[in-house]
This record gives sequence, structure tokens and C-alpha cells, in this order.
Amino acid sequence: MISSWEPACSLELIRLRAELLQAIRCFFYAENVLEVETPILCQAIGTDPYLDFFSTCQQAGAQETLYLQTSPEFAMKRLLAAGTGSIYQITKAFRKGESGRYHNPEFTLLEWYRQGYDLQQLMGDVELLLSQLLPDGYFSEKAQRVKYADIFYQYTGLDALQFDRPRYSLVAGQLGFSEAISLCADEHTTWLDFLFSHVVQQHLGQAGLCMVYDYPACLPSLARLKLDNPLVVERVEVFIRGIELGNGYYELQDVQQQNSRFEQEILLRQRNGAEKVRKDERFLAALQSGLPDCSGIAIGLDRLLMIISQADRIDEVLAFPIENA
Amino acid sequence: MASYSTSEFKGGLKLMLDGDPCSIIENEIVKPGKGQAFNRVKFRNLKTGRVIERTFKSGESLEAADVVELDMQYLYNDGEFFHFMNPESFDQFQADESAVAEAKLWLKDQAMCILTLWNDAPISVTPPNFVELEITETDPGLKGDTSGGGGKPATLETGAVVRVPLFVQIGEMVKVDTRTGEYVSRAKT
Repeated sequence: MISSWEPACSLELIRLRAELLQAIRCFFYAENVLEVETPILCQAIGTDPYLDFFSTCQQAGAQETLYLQTSPEFAMKRLLAAGTGSIYQITKAFRKGESGRYHNPEFTLLEWYRQGYDLQQLMGDVELLLSQLLPDGYFSEKAQRVKYADIFYQYTGLDALQFDRPRYSLVAGQLGFSEAISLCADEHTTWLDFLFSHVVQQHLGQAGLCMVYDYPACLPSLARLKLDNPLVVERVEVFIRGIELGNGYYELQDVQQQNSRFEQEILLRQRNGAEKVRKDERFLAALQSGLPDCSGIAIGLDRLLMIISQADRIDEVLAFPIENA
Repeated sequence: MASYSTSEFKGGLKLMLDGDPCSIIENEIVKPGKGQAFNRVKFRNLKTGRVIERTFKSGESLEAADVVELDMQYLYNDGEFFHFMNPESFDQFQADESAVAEAKLWLKDQAMCILTLWNDAPISVTPPNFVELEITETDPGLKGDTSGGGGKPATLETGAVVRVPLFVQIGEMVKVDTRTGEYVSRAKT
């Protein structure tokens, strides 16, 4: 096999990436948000039930496992707990097995936290930043903020917050996805993941930025529960042209709740036969000491570059995608 | 038989789906946020040619299909079966009407084609992209018309009917694209 040494993307894209990074740094500099760095190689890893990670060790035969981060979230929250105030970071994250049109196992994230912001204020922030990063006139319509349950109902006719297996099964069949019936069985979250990704997502953000918020409480991740509605959590996802671009939360501060979510996720991982993980005790200790009231979000910069350059595959915006890294 | 996990799925892989051998056309990862990952896969059913789309949970496996494609020589049709021979091993295979399907329109004795075998039985026949066949029937063209505009139907020696230019006559050999069923040119003799 002839090995190709050349970049997969055009030189134009390499320049475009540099401009994007520069524009992001300008934005946060002007907003007085501090740039930080946290380790990529970590002692602990997230317990997300569906994320696979790369692990290694310091030296051959060492007992302690080290992990390539799937997200810088825990470390950044430790900084917030230590009193940095609002912070941002541009970093690499790694997810094992994620390779495809929109996925490369190694990818670049912009993650930021705004102290004192609630979810609506964070969405305002996203809107402002993206309006500066996307080419003028990119959108024909204003940014849209929609509740998960509303957009889910619009495209499926189903109630996302109340699981009704026979109705979900019926609709899946009508939409031509009868395999979902056995695949999702009685797992509400799998049903939501399936229907949202197969039926809803492609419609989001076609004419303007689309932010979906008030996620069902069964998809909480690290978001806090909504005060006036226990069925939803303060989580937002950002979509442009049907591409999922980011995921953010009004951050959970309650250490007890965080601890029990970790435990639930570890159990779920066990049940699914996923690789074993331990809770990040340093992160829990930081929550215990007190995380300031804040909202935070991560935006995938490779996908943002795909959107800016109208690329069809993530490989078209990476100098060296995994196949020739 | 071996099986393949979704992480090994790629175009061209032959797998069993609902009891039929299928070939993967396209495989895409669908992953909502930090949620369950799925593989959305487009298959071609190798028996019927139909395209099917199906989603799997990432990590699921499918049984491999024992499918091979071999270059074979078409021998003859006995009225019920079409007979083929592997020119290297001289092994002979008989394929029924449903396996040969539309390919029979292009099969001339001794012609080479690709036979798809599932568990050693022929399930489909792919003729060469271009074949040269003799015209056995067509209306005589108008004298002096060499433009070819419009064209006329012509029956070929295999029974296929294609549109040919007006100037092409009975007894001539023509080159046809079997994928579209369209006339390409007169065959050089």
C-alpha cells in the first residue's frame, strides 16, 4: 500500500481553522472570559454510559490506568470551584469507536463556562458567538429556541416526557422504523435517542441556528433538574443544518445528586458490558466544596468548520483524520 | 459461520438479514449527543436486488453470508435451467429463472458473466457491462436517413428489444450497455 503523507483537507481549510480559533479567542477576550488548559491525559474518566474511551498507563506494567479525556468538563469545574470565574478552553477530546461521516475518534472542542448564567443566558451567548463565527448571511432566519418535548411532538406526534410503549411502537412502524420496536424495547431513553436522531434531528437548524432545551429528565447528564418541572432538565443541544454541534447545561451543583447519577451510570455500563470506570472523586470533592452557579457548553469545532465550509464529511476539514493520522 | 459486529461494517460486506444474503451499500453512525449510538445501514438484498435500510444498536452483530462472486461462462438454457461453467475448474452450475432474471436478455452462448453463489447455489447473474449482439428483427430504415434521430425498436438474438438508430439493419451486430439497456454503437466487425 502506498502511504500518503499529504493532508486530507485543503490548505484553505487549514487557514480557515486558524481564523476560527483566532475569532473565538477574540470573542472571549472581549468578554473577559479566561482561557485555561486542563490535562488531556487524566487519572479519571466520565461515567457516560455510551462513551468509550482510550486508556493507557505511565509505564509498562503500572497498576494505575490513565485515560484520554472524553471531555474536559470535570477538570474545568474543578477550576470553577477554585474561583477562576468564567473560563473557556479549546482542546482535544477522544472517543473510542466513533468514526464516520460526522465523527473522528480525536476531535477539537470549544468548552466554556459562564459564572452566574442560567441556560437562557447561555443560549444568548451561543447565538452571539456563532453569529460572529459564521459567514454573514449564512442564515435566512433568526435563531430558534425550542423545547425538546415540543419539537419531538411536532415530528413524531409523541409525548417525549411520558413513555407510552405501544404508542411509540405504533409511530415507529408508521414512520418505517419497525426495527426500533425490538431494538428499543422498554427503554425510554433508547427510544428518545432513536426517534430524535432518525426522525427529528435532520429538520433542525435548516434556516437558522436551532437550540433545543428542557431535555427529558431521563437524559440528564450533568444538568440540574428544572425547578418548576421535575420531568425536564436544564440541558441544551445546538443544531445547524441537521448537524449536532454542541451540548450544554445549567450545571448541577448538588454533590449527592451527582454521586447517585454516577452510580446509576456505572450500573448501566455494567449491564451493557461497557468497560469498567470509577467515579472521579476529585470532581466530586470539588462539587462538595462548592461549584459556583454557572452554565457551560461544548461546541465541536470540526463540525463547526464543516458547517462554515459546507463540507460533507468531517475528513474534509481535518488535516490528518484517523485513517492517515 | 462467522459474524460481524457493527464496528466492522463497511461497503461490500455480505451479511444475512432476515434470512436473505445482503450486501452493505452504506453504513453510517448515528449518535445523538452522549446517547446510544446506532448504525444506519443500507443493504442490497442479493436475491431480489431490493434496497433495504435498517438501524442497529452499535455493537450488535450479524451473521456473515457465504456469498462468492465468480466469473463463469454461460453454456445453454434447457428450457428450465440456465447452465454455467467455471472455466478454471470446469464445475457446472444451474441457475433458475428467478436467479437469472433480467440477465437472460443479454446472455449469449459462451458469453462470460458473473455468477453470485450463496451457499454454493447461484442467486444472481450479472452480465458484462457491454455486450455485442446481432439484430434479428427491425423495420427497414428510410433510405438516406443517417441522422439516427428518433430511432426504432430492434429485437436482438437473445430476445432483448433495444432502441437503435434508423440506419441500423437486420443482421448487423450492435453494442449495448446492459446496465441501462441502451444501444451504444454498431459493433466493429
